Amino acid sequence: MKKSFRSTLIDAILSGAEEYPNMVVLNADSARALKLTDFSAKYPDRMYNVGISETDLVSTAAGLSTTGLIPVVVGFSMFVSEKPFEQIRQAIAYPNLNVKIVATHSGLCVGQDGATHQALEDIALLRTLPNFKVFAAADVTETKAAMKAMLAYDGPAYLRLGRDLAEDIFEDEKPFRPGGADLLRNGSDVTIAACGLMVEQALMAAVALKSEGINASVINAYSIKPLPEELLLQKAKETGAFVTAEDHMKTGGLGGAICEYLSETCPVPVIRIGVDDHFGESGTQDDLYKKYRLTADDIAAAAKKAIRMKGLV
Amino acid sequence: MSRNIQELKTTANTIRKDILEMIYNIQSGHLGGSFSEVEILTALYFDEMDYDPVNPGKPDRDRFVLSKGHTAPALYATLANAGFFPKEKLMSSFRRIDSMMQGHPDMKKTPGVEMTSGSLGIGLSTANGMALGLKRQNIDSRVYCMIGDGELNEGQIWEAAATASHYHLDNIAAFIDVNGLQNDAETKKVKDMLDIAAKWRAFGWNVIEINGHNFEEIFEALDTARAYKDGPTAIVAHTIKGKGVSFMENVVAFHGKTPTAMEYENGMNELNSK
Repeated sequence: MKKSFRSTLIDAILSGAEEYPNMVVLNADSARALKLTDFSAKYPDRMYNVGISETDLVSTAAGLSTTGLIPVVVGFSMFVSEKPFEQIRQAIAYPNLNVKIVATHSGLCVGQDGATHQALEDIALLRTLPNFKVFAAADVTETKAAMKAMLAYDGPAYLRLGRDLAEDIFEDEKPFRPGGADLLRNGSDVTIAACGLMVEQALMAAVALKSEGINASVINAYSIKPLPEELLLQKAKETGAFVTAEDHMKTGGLGGAICEYLSETCPVPVIRIGVDDHFGESGTQDDLYKKYRLTADDIAAAAKKAIRMKGLV
Repeated sequence: MSRNIQELKTTANTIRKDILEMIYNIQSGHLGGSFSEVEILTALYFDEMDYDPVNPGKPDRDRFVLSKGHTAPALYATLANAGFFPKEKLMSSFRRIDSMMQGHPDMKKTPGVEMTSGSLGIGLSTANGMALGLKRQNIDSRVYCMIGDGELNEGQIWEAAATASHYHLDNIAAFIDVNGLQNDAETKKVKDMLDIAAKWRAFGWNVIEINGHNFEEIFEALDTARAYKDGPTAIVAHTIKGKGVSFMENVVAFHGKTPTAMEYENGMNELNSK
C-alpha cells in the first residue's frame, strides 16, 4: 500500500514529541503543507514558525539547542538544506549541536513544481559536513524509525524524505541506526544499494533480474553517513559488482559515497543510477523517473552491465 | 546598583592592552572593531551579566553572542579578565595550532564563548534561539548580542530582527556597534544602510541610541532594556573604530592590519598613559 511522506511525517513527529518533552519543532511557513498544524494544536508552545526565512530558521534552531532543547527543523529539502547550507555548516555542524533537520520533497519526486524545488544535491552537500549524519527513509515506517533513532543521540542529523506516495517496504517496526542498513534480498551475482524511493525500484529490478536467472542482493542503504561499511565490503567481496540507486545527482550522493568507500577497500565495478549532471523539470514523478532513468528497468540494465564489467577493475 | 565607573575604565584599558598585545604577538587578528566594542563588553561582563566563570554552563546564566566574530580578541581578553581562563592563554593560544582560542569564536574550545561565530549575519538568529529556549524553560536569564554596522548588510540580520519582535523576545538586547567603517571603506560608501535606528524601530524593536564608549550611557541603556517588556531592545552604539589608540582611530586599514613594532610600542605607551 502506498502512503504519503508529507501527510504521515506528522505521526513520526508526534511520537517523537511524546517521548522527548524537550523536543521542539521549527519550520518556515510550511506548517500547513506538512500537517505540522497538528503538532502546534497539541503542543502550542513547542512549535516556532519563523516565516519564510530559512537561514534564520536553522540558526535559531542552533541557538535553541544550546539551552538543552532538541530542535527538529522541518521543511522542504531545497529550503532546509541547500538554501541555508552555510548556516548549517557554521552554526550547527561546526559546533556539533543537537539539531535534527527533516526534509521532505527531496529529488525529482517533487514532480510538477519543477527544477527549482527538486533538491538533487542535498546528500552531496550535507555529507561533506563533519559531525553530520545523513539518512534517507524509504517509506513511512522507516520515517518513524529514523526519527526515533535521530532523537536518541546528541548531535546533528539530516533526514531525507520524498514528497508524496511511497510503497510500503516495511511493516510495523524496523531497526534503524547510524551506520546501519537492511539486506532486503540476498543474491550472489550483483549488489544493488538504494536509498529513499529508489528502494522500491531496486526491489522490482531484483525480481526482474531473477526471472532472467540473475541473483541480486538488495541493500536499503538508509544511512548514507556513516555508511554501512561492513555490509558494503562483505557484499563487494561476495558479489563483485555494485549498482547504486537514488533520486539525487550521481555526483556526491549515495553512489558517490559508495564509490569512494569501495575504491579504497575493495574496488569492484559500481554503476550509479541517479540524475546525470542535469537539472530536473516539471512532470509527474513517473514521467520524470522514466526520462531521467530512475526506474527498475534502468537498475536492472545497470546490474547486467556491472556483472559484465567484473574483473575489469 | 552602585557602579564604579573609574574601575570599569581601568578594566577596559587593560582589555585594550591585552587585545593589542595578542594581535601584535601573533601578527594576525582584527584590531579596529575589537577596540570599538571594549566599553560595552566591559559593562556587560563586569557589571551587567550574571555568570560563573567556574561553572560556565550553569543553566540560568546570561548569555552573550558575538555576531561580529572577527573581533574575537576583544571577547577573549574580556573572558580572561573575567576569570574564565588564565590570562597567559591569550598570548600562548590565540590563532595558534592546537589551541583553545581560534581566530573566530568557537564555543566548543573556549570556556565562556556561548556561540561559534565568524561568518557574519548569523549571530542574532542564534541569540534568538537562546532567548526562545530560555523563555520556554521559564529561565529568567537575558541574552546579549553584538552586531557590527557593516554586518547589517547581511539579510539574515533582518530575518532575525523580525523573528525577535514577532516572538516578543524582551529577554534579548542587541548592541549595534556603529563604528562607521567596514573592511573596504566607510559603511556609507560600501552600502549605505541609511537610518539604522529607524530600521530597527521599523522591525518592532525598542531602540536606544548611545555613545558606545560612555559607561553611564551604556548602563542607562541596559537598565532601560531590562525594564522594557514589550519586545527586544536594540542599542545603537555610536563608537570609534580603533578607539583608544589615537593613530588607529577611524582608520579603515586597522580593520585587519596588524601593528608594526613601532605602532605596537606607541600604542601601548598611549594606553599605559591613560
